[in-house]
Amino acid sequence: MEDRMSIIVFSGTVDKLLAASILATGGAAMGLEVELFLTTWGLEAFRKDNYKTNTKISKDFEEYGPVMMKQMMAKKVPSWMENLKSAMEVGEVKIYACSMTMELFDMKLSDLEPIVTDVTGVATFVERAKEGRFTLFI
Amino acid sequence: MSKLNEITIDKEIDARGSFCPGPLMELIRGIKTLPVGGVLVVLSSDPGSAKDIPAWIQKARHEFIGAFPEQGYTRFVARKTH
Repeated sequence: MEDRMSIIVFSGTVDKLLAASILATGGAAMGLEVELFLTTWGLEAFRKDNYKTNTKISKDFEEYGPVMMKQMMAKKVPSWMENLKSAMEVGEVKIYACSMTMELFDMKLSDLEPIVTDVTGVATFVERAKEGRFTLFI
Repeated sequence: MSKLNEITIDKEIDARGSFCPGPLMELIRGIKTLPVGGVLVVLSSDPGSAKDIPAWIQKARHEFIGAFPEQGYTRFVARKTH
């Protein structure tokens, strides 16, 4: 078994991306190899420059969106993208784009933020996650 | 636990007001920049970090010199051992 933590990032809303980024940071801080697998809306969220204008919140909590954003700014909470960048500085974090979603959305690796490591298929991800300690779906 | 005023502090990071995992991240980054034997101080007001910081120091096998409570924050002191 590897000291690895795998996170499937399916969601593209800021609230969930923030949670994913903090978990990734925790994993990296504790010495785990962290791998993110971006699919569907999670992949879309990593389209180049998208994170700069993404203010989407989960539908159920939509009305809390503006309040949450304001709180985050007031308390100087780093954004999910900043967290991921910091996580990469303190530990091993890799971000993989789901090849199927890339096909579906007609995307190439160069359409994504440079922080994305590579494109892989689900089988590769599952194989690696299988050797890890735990896998999360966000 | 050594007396704080007997130790030479090589670096102090003020992470007060920063949230978990902020202070822990600052500690990890700070320790990276120190030479072996260097002493780092991180000031944190975040309760989550209060547990995370000593746990990380122990796990990373550095020396946890202590957590010294102050007014509204805690001073965490660690020495880089390797």
